[in-house]
Amino acid sequence: MIISLRNINKNYDTGRMQVPVLFDINLDVEEGEYLAIMGPSGSGKTTLMNIIGCLDSATSGSYILNGENVFEKSDNQLAELRNRSIGFVFQNFNLLPRETALENVALPMLYAGVRKKERREKAAEALTRMGLGERMDFLPGQLSGGQKQRVAIARAMAMRPPILLADEPTGALDTASGRQIMELFSELNDEGVTIIMITHEPEIADCAKRRMLIRDGRLSEGKDFFGGPAHE
Amino acid sequence: MIEDIRLSLKGIWSHKMRSFLTMLGIIVGIAAVIAVVSTIKGTNDQIKNNLIGDGTNTITVELYQDGWKADFSYAAIPEGIPPYGEDIREELLSIEGAVNASLYHERQYADSIFYRNRHLNGCSVMGIDSAYFETKGLQVIKGRGFSAGDLKSMKKAAIINKEALTSGYDGEEAIGTTLDINGEPFTVVGVVDKKSEFEPVINSMEDYYTYSESEVSTVYIPKQVWPIVFGYDEPVNAIVKAASTDDMTAVGKQSADLLNMYLSVPAESTIKYQSTNLAQEASQLQQLSASANILLIGIASISLLVGGIGVMNIMLVSVTERTREIGLKKALGAKKRRIRSQFLTEAVILSGIGGILGVLAGILLSKIISKVALIPVSISIPSILVAVLFSMAIGIIFGMAPSFKASNLNPIDALRYE
Repeated sequence: MIISLRNINKNYDTGRMQVPVLFDINLDVEEGEYLAIMGPSGSGKTTLMNIIGCLDSATSGSYILNGENVFEKSDNQLAELRNRSIGFVFQNFNLLPRETALENVALPMLYAGVRKKERREKAAEALTRMGLGERMDFLPGQLSGGQKQRVAIARAMAMRPPILLADEPTGALDTASGRQIMELFSELNDEGVTIIMITHEPEIADCAKRRMLIRDGRLSEGKDFFGGPAHE
Repeated sequence: MIEDIRLSLKGIWSHKMRSFLTMLGIIVGIAAVIAVVSTIKGTNDQIKNNLIGDGTNTITVELYQDGWKADFSYAAIPEGIPPYGEDIREELLSIEGAVNASLYHERQYADSIFYRNRHLNGCSVMGIDSAYFETKGLQVIKGRGFSAGDLKSMKKAAIINKEALTSGYDGEEAIGTTLDINGEPFTVVGVVDKKSEFEPVINSMEDYYTYSESEVSTVYIPKQVWPIVFGYDEPVNAIVKAASTDDMTAVGKQSADLLNMYLSVPAESTIKYQSTNLAQEASQLQQLSASANILLIGIASISLLVGGIGVMNIMLVSVTERTREIGLKKALGAKKRRIRSQFLTEAVILSGIGGILGVLAGILLSKIISKVALIPVSISIPSILVAVLFSMAIGIIFGMAPSFKASNLNPIDALRYE
């Protein structure tokens, strides 16, 4: 079990009152799984994603990631854990605009203390794998949306983390680019990378091997919901 | 670290106008400080040069009575002043920092010197030992100095300085002529002059009264023949040459102490040796000129403070602007320390570049001041280093708050920030 969430509750403190967002979430993810979590906006899926990504803590419950108790760790230990274990892919790419593709991909390795020469070599290798070997010295502004997302995936996988966490990875892309990204995800999954992806597009979710639904802060296995009339 | 510097330079460069305006406060402050310090140093150097002159670093140690230079030419010589000789000279030489020493007798404004029927008015006579010219920084420009034979055979030889040559001989040949000193005939064997010609810089009437001291016409005779012309056992004075200008005060004091040690004047007597230290006089004048400028430095420092606040302000704006970037970096595994050092480095580089530009502007300003206001200006390297380091320190101090703010941002809030 690479991810194990137990009885997770999350309340947001608005100052005046506690707003509950997640109710008693239990989730187990095996190594090598490809999971899509679907849900409408406001369902708490981003909050869940932040908790899985070690960016946020829960109000109660426990989270074991790769055998490590996430909620017991300090800010700096969490930074290290994210760096080592999780690759992030965001809807809006989140590339540093003034850095070249190569420098963007090398960033997580900088935080891991990898030497500059090695950083550049590995970043170049990752970009070449994503089919961007010709565009390593381009700035994000000079790349198309699909290319930007591929740079972001190269960055996420630069440290070879066991888990890839994607938040609406095709949300800002056209259909063709989106399909390309999904093919890349499948390839990575075939190589053994565990993928957890948030989306509200059923076609995208269909690429995953396992689907779950989150609604009003409650998580459930989602097979039944797809294709059924309730979903439309 | 290198990565931080690279990122900072990139960030600063991508907001050229904003960065420059931010630096402006620091530039103005540092430039003002450099200009003021350079002006103070220039004035001080001039005072020192004017007083100490060619830097022979010679200290005169003379007998004083009641706070005035003792003059026994018309009075009996008091008891208890030993006739210092070669052994004391050796002791003076052993003082740390002393490189040469000489003992001499002196009669100022001796009124009994004649060349033919011409009266050499206001001329001084000095009875000197063989080390005098070397110690005082004089060189023979015509004829010869005193030879070992002159000194041994008590020959009545005399050497005059250039001023005496001008006033007494009207430029005529002096070597071989006979001077009448107190009724004794002396043969002139040489003419001496200062080794290096030094002209004090005079910018005002005040300077003129302070520095313009023309050299007195002087006739030098061997110390050994002094008793023939004047009295026996007359007190001697000493000149000591210090290794450097900075040694002058210490060497002068020790020399005076040494000579005073052998004095056996009565307890109630005020007779004692004192050193005349030009370096000390110079530093007193310098303090006077510096105190007026301290105020200016204070005003310039306020500008630096304002500059520092400007840096802090723009760094806080920069943190807010880059909230998403900070969030992303944290998500990718950047620790607090790294975020902090990134912003701190940027603040230090920003203010450091401001400091360097300020130094350049300050040097330019100093040159303009010296041209326009005719004030001497001397750029001091230490003050430049201090200025740049100080501006970087401002960067650290005022970059602290913004960089802590950045490093304490919550990654999810930061990532969601629009």
